[in-house]
Amino acid sequence: MFVYLARRILVMIPTLILVSVICFAVIQLQPGSFADRYLEDPRFTPETVARLNAQLGLDKTPVEQYLIWATGIVTRLDFGFSFFANRPVSGIIGERLAWTVVVAGVTLAFAWLVAVPLGIFVALRKNGFTDAIASFVGYIGLAVPDFLVALLLIALVLAYGGTNVGGLFSAQYLGAPWSWGKFVDLLNHLWIPVLAIGTGGIAQIMRQMRANLLDVLNADYVRTAKAKGLHPRRVTYRHAVRTAINPLVSMAGLQLPELINGTIIASIVLNLPTIGPLLYTSLLNKDQYVAMTLLLFASLLLMVGNLLADLALAWVDPRIRYG
Amino acid sequence: MAEAPLPGTGPVTVAAAPGGTPAGAGAPAGGHLSRAARRGPRSKAWRRFTASRTGVAGAWILIALYLVALLSPFLAPHGITVQNRGTVYQPPHPLRIWHEGRLAAPFVYPLVVERDPVTFRRFYTEDRSQRLPLRLFAKGDRYRFLGMWTVDRHLFGVADGKWFPLGTDRFGRDLLSRILVGSQVSLTVGIIGILLSFSIGIVVGGLSGYYGGWVDNAIQRLLEVLLSFPRLPLLLALATVIPPAWPSTYVYLGIVAVLALIGWAGLARVVRGQVLAAREIEYVQAAQALGARDMRIVLRHLLPNLTSYLVIAATLALPGYILGESALSFLGLGIKEPMTSWGLLLADAQSFEALSLYPWLLTPGALIVLSVLAFNFVGDALRDAFDVRSR
Repeated sequence: MFVYLARRILVMIPTLILVSVICFAVIQLQPGSFADRYLEDPRFTPETVARLNAQLGLDKTPVEQYLIWATGIVTRLDFGFSFFANRPVSGIIGERLAWTVVVAGVTLAFAWLVAVPLGIFVALRKNGFTDAIASFVGYIGLAVPDFLVALLLIALVLAYGGTNVGGLFSAQYLGAPWSWGKFVDLLNHLWIPVLAIGTGGIAQIMRQMRANLLDVLNADYVRTAKAKGLHPRRVTYRHAVRTAINPLVSMAGLQLPELINGTIIASIVLNLPTIGPLLYTSLLNKDQYVAMTLLLFASLLLMVGNLLADLALAWVDPRIRYG
Repeated sequence: MAEAPLPGTGPVTVAAAPGGTPAGAGAPAGGHLSRAARRGPRSKAWRRFTASRTGVAGAWILIALYLVALLSPFLAPHGITVQNRGTVYQPPHPLRIWHEGRLAAPFVYPLVVERDPVTFRRFYTEDRSQRLPLRLFAKGDRYRFLGMWTVDRHLFGVADGKWFPLGTDRFGRDLLSRILVGSQVSLTVGIIGILLSFSIGIVVGGLSGYYGGWVDNAIQRLLEVLLSFPRLPLLLALATVIPPAWPSTYVYLGIVAVLALIGWAGLARVVRGQVLAAREIEYVQAAQALGARDMRIVLRHLLPNLTSYLVIAATLALPGYILGESALSFLGLGIKEPMTSWGLLLADAQSFEALSLYPWLLTPGALIVLSVLAFNFVGDALRDAFDVRSR
């Protein structure tokens, strides 16, 4: 197990290096640079802008810029400087990354808690009315874009006179120390993004759970268990559901990218303190180090998530051995 | 190659389906069976597809949507860039058939604008004393029809030309017309994107699987890196690469290219696996022995085996393009004015102000949901129909 883990982490390193090169290349492809915004400003002469470019290190060749950035990360965890915020990147993104993980984690937990029981429920009523309704709702859930769910929820809350939309906290709790009231306030705000990001996932997990369980319910060992005279409920939950869960765990790894996507776009709509809005503004402002670092972390999150999903699979399914 | 009825000849068969085979193609008569057997597995799969009610419904919805997209400037009552200062943020305006308790030819009541003296907010009320009859083939804004003729006739309109059935936006532009014409962008992005990304995916995956060795290794490593990027952040980054000064048609092509660039990696992987498996089959070795060139073997001997898989994969991948385009345009990184798309229209509904005061701006979302739903229905039905394992 330990060897497996070590190998997976080692393989991540060259991938991350390539990923960082691609991040850098994509951002360099953007037309213009951060200082170009001042070219249209009459108070700035072209010389000033050129000096500014030199100060920010934007006059160096792309290869040099990349090497400086990469050495900074490797040697002192320095992810560069945010031109827009006038602060080091590492100072801006820490908290946002944490909130991203929190929002994504809560959404994932919520999606599983809702979708797995629903999937079981629907599978046990195969081809019935509930099944038809649930599968239709599932299709809708897959078809509605995250940001549209967010917009609809906001419209709904506003229509009923609510105000808890946008952000994660009400104004009076911003910067306040943690308290019960702050926690409740967080929950009051969190349900909209969680629903917005989670709908697609819920639909997917529910459909998968239904299909898995239906497969397993036809398996020989389930028939044997029934033939032994075990209680039907015990057969379903202890024998069938237990096995049907396994493929879901490996599917969780595949869902992570969608979860990250959802977090990003819903956060932009709802103005959550996650990496989404920051990535968006940094791309628009050509704040290159922030954008590159966020892209890098987004793929790091994805890789770590995939690794965790694989480990969870080994933990859940004793037939799987890594070595 | 025996080209039995391919999906290309589909709509004809679909047309016969809703009345002909109601969900129960499970019990064909004896003569039926022998005919089906003669017509090969594709025909059988087609039969199974037409037996799926959701699949057929989805196919019909798609046909309708694409027809609407094709004819949209004619179906739309107004030009999409025509601004009307007098009717800013007008709510949806219903068509009526009852007048003073009596059935009448379809008409609308004219709207009267009032302003709140304090907030300056506009209120629209119907003037019930007059009627504006609905006209077919009414004169309206000029437009290019099918890119060939300049015409000024629209399918419908009312006498004074100021009927906005689904309301208007902040410039007083007709939302219905913008939704209809926007479908041209939203629905074609997927098709062109799929063509592009499938070409890349098939060529790269085919090369990787057919040659094996270091080519395969290098390509696989590259794919791994590409697949370890979350889609949306990369999509956003690539979308900002498109120069803001480009005209909107170029931006459209740029967006399609960006979407395709992200979509091909997963497909290349599957094609590689399939080609790898198919390479060992005798007829491929026979073709090699006969001296056929590599590309010919891949395209003529290996690819036809994959057609059904590719059709299904394309149908299931298309919603991703529609959703991707709408997300980009929604965030202002996609399609640009004066073109429009469903995502761009939804961007107008982004502010809390718009959501509470002008909720009709959310209607384009329904079209996104409908088209994605239809593609998923068709894709799932196709997959079930072609899935040999389950039989």
